[in-house]
Parts: sequence; C-alpha cells; structure tokens
Amino acid sequence: MYDGGKVITGLVIGIVLLAFPLWWNLGAEEKKLDIKLPKKEKKCVEPNMRPNHMQVLDLWRDSVVRTANRVYINENGRRFEMSLQNTCMSDNCHARKTEFCDQCHTYTGVDPYCWDCHLPPKEPKETM
Amino acid sequence: MGVDRRKFLKLAGITALGTAAAPAAKVLAKEDLDFTVSEKLLHFFAKPEGFLPGEALTATRWAMVVNVRSLDHEIAEACREACHKVHNVPHIENPKHEIKWIWEEEYHNALPNQEHEFVDEKIKDLPFLVLCNHCYEPPCVRVCPTRATFKRETDGIVIMDMHRCIGCRFCMAACPFGARSFNWVDPRKYLPEDEQNMEYPTRMPGVVEKCNFCAERLAEGQIPRCVEVAQELSKEKGREPALVFGDLDDPDSEVRNLLRSRYSLRRKPALGTNPNVYYIV
Repeated sequence: MYDGGKVITGLVIGIVLLAFPLWWNLGAEEKKLDIKLPKKEKKCVEPNMRPNHMQVLDLWRDSVVRTANRVYINENGRRFEMSLQNTCMSDNCHARKTEFCDQCHTYTGVDPYCWDCHLPPKEPKETM
Repeated sequence: MGVDRRKFLKLAGITALGTAAAPAAKVLAKEDLDFTVSEKLLHFFAKPEGFLPGEALTATRWAMVVNVRSLDHEIAEACREACHKVHNVPHIENPKHEIKWIWEEEYHNALPNQEHEFVDEKIKDLPFLVLCNHCYEPPCVRVCPTRATFKRETDGIVIMDMHRCIGCRFCMAACPFGARSFNWVDPRKYLPEDEQNMEYPTRMPGVVEKCNFCAERLAEGQIPRCVEVAQELSKEKGREPALVFGDLDDPDSEVRNLLRSRYSLRRKPALGTNPNVYYIV
C-alpha cells in the first residue's frame, strides 16, 4: 500500500471528526423534558395526543373556519369548543405554553407557526 | 340414530333463543356498537358533557342597515373602537400601513355618483360608517387563488381563512370598496399586551384582513359588536337605532321591515357586486 501511514492517519482523523456528535456529548447530561400536565383536567380531548395533536388541530381549524362547526364531540360523547386559544390553552388545561408546547417543540427543533397569530396565555415573567 | 320429536323441539327452541339474544346482547354492551350515533340521538345514551355553545344566531343571508341620520361622530368612533378591540385590530398611524375593519367615510366617498351639488349640507357632514359589504357576488372571492376568502354557503358572510392567505392582495385589487387591509408590519407591535382580546387571534405580517360580520360572536348568539354598541348609544340619545342587523331572507326581519318602509341606497350598485350593507340617508 502506497502512503499507508498517511491514508490510515487520514481515515482515523476522518472517523474521529465524523463521530464528533457522539464523543462531544459523551458524559453530558441527558436532556429531560419538563412537561407539566394540567392539574385540574385529567382527560385530554382525545387519547394519544402527543403524536396526533397536529391532526386534531388541523381538523379543528378547517371545521371552525370553513364549515362554521365549532363543537367537537369525542369518542366518549364529551363536547369541546374547537379552539386552540380558548380550549387547549384555557386555565384548566395547558395554561402555560412554555411549560407544555415549547418543551417538545424546542427539543425537537420544530417551529410551528400557530403563535404568529394565536395568542399564547399570559405567563408571569419570573418563570423565564 | 333418529332424533325424536321431543329432542328436536328442545334443540329448535334453544337455537331460536340464541339467535334472538345475540343482537340484544350487542345493544346492551355499548362498547360493541358498530354504528356511529348521530349527534341528535346522543342524548338517548348519555347526557352530553362539557362545552355547550350558546344558541347560535343563524340566517341564510345576513345583512346590515346603516341609518346614517342616527349616526354622529361619537357613535361612529365608538363602533370603530369596539370592533377593533374585540378583533385585535391594531391602531397604526401611518396611513400606508393602517388596518381597518370599519371606519368613517364622507358622503361623496361612501356613495359616489349618487351625490349632487344641491344635497343638504347636513348630509355632507354625516359620518357614513363603511365596512365590508359582504357582497352577494363578491369579486374578492372570485380572484382569490387559494380560496382563502370565501362566501359561507350557509349565511352569505364573506370570510377569511387566515391559515390559507398567501398575501397576494388580488382581493384588495378586486374589492371596489377598499374594505381590505394588508398587514405590512407586525400588528402585535401596535397591540399593547393589556389591550389584546385573549379570546381572538391577531394576524401575522403578510396577510389580508377585513370585517367578518362577527362570525365568532354570531356562533355564540351575539349580534355584531358594532351593531350592539351603536344600538346602545342610539338608545341613550333617544334616536332610531343607527345600525340594524338581520336576515334578508326572512320577510319579517328588522332589516326587511326597514328596507320596506324607508328608501335605501347601496354602495356602487352599478358594479353588480350586490352589497348586503344598506344605507338609509
């Protein structure tokens, strides 16, 4: 093999560089999601919302805006006003965006544009 | 080996019982229902729990009558302020950036081509409250490339789906009444936190907005905010209601009675957009 030493050194340096995210984070503390679930209300609109809430919200917005139907009835026959601001984020439920929505969204690096228009609930400043 | 009559009858009886019991058991065990219960029948099974909307106001063709002689600048300003407050419409001084859902216009601008030089001076000073006309043939809807603005089939309100608006402003070019505003700047910069209505969204830069005939209030059984305020103030001042709201398809509605008893005008009728806002001068 010509220049064996150089090639192998190069390969080793390459592998070490490619593995940067692995060794850089070695020993670092695992990021824990600090999601605060509502205290008063125990049942969400539908089960298994974590992977599916976007579909529910999508359905809600089309229903309210395009067909003017504002009442959602879930499997158990319970009724909800289809409203992100007035139902999901109400005082009884997810009253703090920073302690709920933002936890996962920041962690996974998604930036949904809900809050460009919808107003998140007011939170006391000292929690920041 | 033969089956005797006695055994046969026993078996037949048990089989008949079994076939009859199966569907009954199915109905009794509610979880096994394999059909969806329509909303109207829901109360047979369980009392609906949770949110119950107020009795919504419904119509097949909403319309407004503006009784201009009952208006003054104070009432007009109160209407504008109340409307803009509930809908989080920012107050922007710069006329190039301003957003308006309802505003005052002078006679010759509100009803162009219908004025002449000998019109009563008083009329020239009256504040003509103008807003989206919720046209029967809305040109804004025809040009919208994403169908973000559309006419509700149920009640004729011309409404915006802000999620779909791409900000092309074709609708603004199409609207002959200037009823639409474009968000050139972030409206939240002009909405102090303590003045925001937390039950209604704001808008983002790059979308068009306009009056929605208070669709969100109608759904809760309330009349539009401007009409509510105008009627309160007119009553205080002992005048006829300055704004009246109702269903044009209902021959006994307040708007139809007014339009029958008084002569009314509409804005730019020759354009054929068929406005649903009428002016009694």
